[in-house]
Formats: sequence, structure tokens, C-alpha cells
Amino acid sequence: MSDCNDALHELYGFLDGELTEERRAAIQRHLDECQPCAEPYDFEAELRALVRRKCQEQVPEALMIKIRTALESEAARLGD
Amino acid sequence: MADRATFADQAMGLMPSLYAAALRMTRNPADAEDLVQETYLRAYRGFGGFEEGTNLKAWLYRILTNTYINSYRAKKRRPDETELDEVEDLYLYRRIGGLEAAMAGRSAEDELLERFTDAEVKEALESLPENFRMAVLLADVEGFAYKEIAEILDIPIGTVMSRLHRGRKALQKRLYEFAVERNLTAPVPNDAHV
Repeated sequence: MSDCNDALHELYGFLDGELTEERRAAIQRHLDECQPCAEPYDFEAELRALVRRKCQEQVPEALMIKIRTALESEAARLGD
Repeated sequence: MADRATFADQAMGLMPSLYAAALRMTRNPADAEDLVQETYLRAYRGFGGFEEGTNLKAWLYRILTNTYINSYRAKKRRPDETELDEVEDLYLYRRIGGLEAAMAGRSAEDELLERFTDAEVKEALESLPENFRMAVLLADVEGFAYKEIAEILDIPIGTVMSRLHRGRKALQKRLYEFAVERNLTAPVPNDAHV
């Protein structure tokens, strides 16, 4: 059985998808019943999504073209 | 064995993610562009060594991080190896989660998170010492599994986990500093909300 200490200890493993199915299910059952544990889990998941979203970048068009051109010259040089 | 003729078709679509990682590593657009270009050229030359059906993105990231470590980091006198301060678990939650009770409706911490700008989140990540920054970037931005990160960075899984644990807490601490600087939240004493 999962208690609050286990749930917090395994927070990152859970959010990272790194627990066994058995552990994941045990933690999930605990979270469904325990609001004080579910809150930090939700918060950490939200923060993770935020970091991912905010760190996206668009590749400058010029870089894309430069790399395509560089790959073509490299292909010619290697006789591909 | 992968055929070089198929390289561009398979690899060009992954460039936004590699470019974003290169920016976080080099912290400088000109170096990031050079790093991505060098990565693609090396990957193209070595594509025969890529095993079709395995994870191309992870394979490219390994080349990206190796290229970065060998070429770009060498420019600096020394990688930033400073130790991170010891930061408690759930650092940010314990500071801004307490605001929730004071506000009706939507939870206060979600609202506060929404107020961080792209630049602040990027800067918080870029403020981490390199070893921690790479682990957090690979896990939290790119979604790689511990085992993949271990292979990309050529370190044991236990080291991946400890760098993630400490790096994530340090990231939260930096975000909290931004929140306080911008008056998004009031400073909370260290022992509150535990």
C-alpha cells in the first residue's frame, strides 16, 4: 500500500513514467483518495508542461536553408 | 544500416527540438546555429552507423551533446561545475501553493505559473550549471526516458536521477526568485508552508 511518504518520494518517478505498472497504479490509487498528495502532483505536472511549452523555438528559415545546402555539398563531396 | 539518401527526410523535422536544445546549451543564437549545423553534418556522415528502427531523435541528441562538449564548451575557460545549493523538495509549490487558499476560483498556483514569461522560464533553465541543465532539458523539455538520457550523456542512470532531482529544485528556486522580483508573489520565509 502506498502512503503519503511513498507518494511524495516517488513523485518524479511517477511523472517521468519511470515506475513499474504496479507502483504507478498504487500511487494513482493513493492520489485519488488523498488531496494533500494530489495537489503537489498536479502542481509539478503543470510546471513540467509549462517548462516544455515555454522552451519551444522556431528554427530560423535561413538556418534551415543553410543546413540543407550544407548537406547537399557534403553529399556531393562524399559522392552520394 | 541507415541509407544516407534518407537522412534529410528523417532528420530535418527534428530540427526545432535540436535547435531549442542548442540554444539552451550555448545560450547564444549564433553558437546554437553553428552547433545544429555541425550536428547535422556529423550525423549525415555517420548515418551508416544509425540502426534503422531505433530512436533517431536520441541518436541526434547524442551527437549534439558530444559536439557541444567537444567544440563549444571548450571555448569557455571551464565548464560551470559549481555545486548547487541544497534546495528542499517541492520548493515552488510550498511557496506559491499557500496562495491558493487566499483566492477563489481557479487555483492560485496555476495562475501564477501562467504569468511566467517564455524568457523567464528559458533563463531559469539556462541558469542551471551545465550538467544539471542538460539533464533537465532532456527530461522535461524533450521527454526522454532516464535510460535514453543516460545513453545520450554517457552517465549512469543513478546520476541522471540525482541531476534531475537537484536540477529541477534549482530551476524552481530560480523561478521563485523571478516571481518575487516581479512582485508576482510575496517572499515567504524558508520554513513557511511546509
